[in-house]
Amino acid sequence: MTTTGSPAETGTSTQAAPMRNARSSGTDIALIAAFAALISACAYVGAIPVGGAGVPITLQTFAVMLTGCLLGPVRGFLAVALYLGLGAIGLPVFAEHSSGLGVFTGPSAGYLYSFPLAALLAGFLVKYVAGRQRTRAIVVFACSMAGSVLVIHPLGIAGMKLYFDVSWHEAFTYDTPFWLGDLVKTTLTALIAAEVHRAFPRLLERDRAA
Amino acid sequence: MIEFDNAAVVVPDASGDGDRVVLSPTTLTLPEPRIAVIGANGSGKSTLARMVNGLVVPTTGTVRVDGLDLRHDASAVRRAVGFCFTDPAAQLVMPTCVEDVELSLRRSIRSGAARRTKALEILAEFGLEAHAHDSVHSLSGGQKQMLALAGVLAVEPQVLVADEPTTLLDLANTRKVGDLLLGLRQQLLLVTHDLELAARCDRVLVVDDAAVVFDGRPEDGVAHYRDLVAS
Amino acid sequence: MSQVLVGLHRPGTTLLHRLPVGAKVVGLGVFSLAVVLVRDVRASFVYLAVALLLAAVARVQLRSLWRAARAILLLAVFVAALQWWWYGAAKAIETLVDLLALALAAVVLSTTTSVNSMLDALVRWLQPFRRVGVDPERVALAFSLAIGALPGTVALAVETRDAARARGLSRQPRAYLTPFVVRVVARALETGDALHARGITDRDEAAGNGARQE
Repeated sequence: MTTTGSPAETGTSTQAAPMRNARSSGTDIALIAAFAALISACAYVGAIPVGGAGVPITLQTFAVMLTGCLLGPVRGFLAVALYLGLGAIGLPVFAEHSSGLGVFTGPSAGYLYSFPLAALLAGFLVKYVAGRQRTRAIVVFACSMAGSVLVIHPLGIAGMKLYFDVSWHEAFTYDTPFWLGDLVKTTLTALIAAEVHRAFPRLLERDRAA
Repeated sequence: MIEFDNAAVVVPDASGDGDRVVLSPTTLTLPEPRIAVIGANGSGKSTLARMVNGLVVPTTGTVRVDGLDLRHDASAVRRAVGFCFTDPAAQLVMPTCVEDVELSLRRSIRSGAARRTKALEILAEFGLEAHAHDSVHSLSGGQKQMLALAGVLAVEPQVLVADEPTTLLDLANTRKVGDLLLGLRQQLLLVTHDLELAARCDRVLVVDDAAVVFDGRPEDGVAHYRDLVAS
Repeated sequence: MSQVLVGLHRPGTTLLHRLPVGAKVVGLGVFSLAVVLVRDVRASFVYLAVALLLAAVARVQLRSLWRAARAILLLAVFVAALQWWWYGAAKAIETLVDLLALALAAVVLSTTTSVNSMLDALVRWLQPFRRVGVDPERVALAFSLAIGALPGTVALAVETRDAARARGLSRQPRAYLTPFVVRVVARALETGDALHARGITDRDEAAGNGARQE
C-alpha cells in the first residue's frame, strides 16, 4: 500500500485548531462529490463477476454502503443524496443506465429512498459503535448488514407494496431474490471498507460537517 | 517575501505512541523571486511548501508571507499565495476548462458575463482558448497542468507555490510548464525533482531527513544534492 | 466515455424543450401520482397513450424509448408474472402498462431538459432553504465537482480493473476494488486541498475566523 503513503500523510498533518474548519470543509465537499461519483461509476459499470463461479453482482448497493462505512453518517448521507440528485437531474447513473425523475416514482423507488438513510445508519455505527475496531472486516460487516436489513429492505418492500398495491407478505416475496446477492455485497463492502480505513486511519475524523 | 521563524511540524506517529518530526525547526527569509526546493521523496520538502499557504500549519513557530501571519490572516494569506499541485487531474474541479477558471474568479467578479469574458482572456494567455468549452478530461497532461496554473493565477496571487508541477509530464511539457513558471512576475517557490529547472532559479534549498541541509546558490545546491544521493 | 456526461438530453426546439424546467418537473410529478393512484387497467392504457404522445411531440428517438423500457422490463415482467398467478390478467397488465407509461414520461423530461438547466433550476429552488442553513452555491459546487469527477472515476475504475486483469486477478473484485477506492479517496483529499488552496471554501470560514480582509 505504499502508493497511498503521501496523501494519507498530508491528510494527517493538519493539526492546529483554527485551520480545521476551512480545511476540512473543502475536503468534506471533495469527498462527498468523489463518493457520489464513485457510486455513479459503480452503478454505471454494471454487474461484475465474483468468485470462482463468476456470479454477477451489481455494485450500486455495495457502493452506497461503502460510502456510509467510509465517510461516516453526515458525509455518507450527503454523498448518497448527491448521487440521487445526479440521477434526478438526468445523468444516467442509476442501474441499467437509467436516469431522471421517473426512477423516483418507479417500483424500486423505495430502495432508492432508503440508500441515504442506510448509509447514515451504517456510517453512524462504524463511526460511533465500531470506533477503532473499524479496520476489522467482521465489525464493518455487522454495521453494513444493519443498514441493509433495518433500512434498505424494509423501505424497498414498503415501496413495492405501495406501488403494486399488494399485501406486505407479497411485497416481501418480491424482495427475497435480492438476499443472496446482498450477502455477497455486504461481505465485499466490509472487506474493502476495513482495508481503506487502514490506508486512511483519519478518514472519519473529518466528519464534522453539519 | 516568505519568512519561516522557527517553524516546525510534528505529527503523532502512525503507531500511536510517540511523535514523528516532519520538519524540524526552520528559520528562513526568502526575498528572491525564484526559489527551488529539492530533496528526496518524504524528506519534508512538500511540507515546507505547504506551510506557505496554510495547507499545513506549523506545530510551533510561525510562517509569514508579506508580513501576514497564517494563524491570524488565513484567508488573506491564501489569497496572496497560489498553489499548484503535482496531479493536475486532482485540482481541476469543474467539467469544462472555462468553468474551472470561472470558479477561481467567483469571489472577485460578481457578474457572470464579465466572469466568462475574463476567463476566456485568461485561457487565451495560456494558449487554451481553443479548448475553452472542452471537457477538462479531454486535455493532455501538459494542457491540464497549464489549465490548473491558469486557474490558480487567475486570481493574481503574489506568490505561487508549485509542488512538483512537472513530475507527471513528458519532456516537452516539462519544458513548457517550467518556462512559464520561471517567467512569472509572481514570486515562485518551486518544489521539484528536475535539477535542471532548479538550477535556473535564484536560490536553492536542499531538504533531507526533515531539515533544510543546504541553502544557497543554485549550482552549489544541485551539487550538494547530487553528493547526498551518491553517499 | 463522454456518454457519462451527456445522459439522455437531446437538444431541440419542440414545445416540450421550450417549457420551463419547473413546469415539466411538476407535470411529471402529477402524472406519476395519477398513474400510481388510479387503479384501473383502462386508465393505464390512457396513461401510456399520453406518454407516447408526449414522446412524439418531443421527438424522442425510438432508441432512447427502447432503452428506458428495457431498463424496467426485467423487474416489471417478473412482478407481472407473479401478479398474474395471484390476481389474474387484469392486474398484471395494469402493472406492466403503468410501469411503461411512467418510464416513458420520465424519458421525455430527460430528453428535453439539459443537465445544466436542471442544475440551475435546482439551485434556484434551494434559495428559500438558505434560512435553514442550506447554501445553494455549495450544493451547486458539490454537483459540479461530482459531475466533473464522473468520467475520471469511471476511467479510474476501468484502469484499476485492467491492472488487476493483467495480474490474473479479474475474478477477485477485492483485488481491484480496494485500490480503486483508495485512489478515489486519495484524489478527493488532494482535490480538497486544491479547493482550500484556491480559497474556494473561504467564504464561510471567514465568519468563524474573523480573518476576513476585503
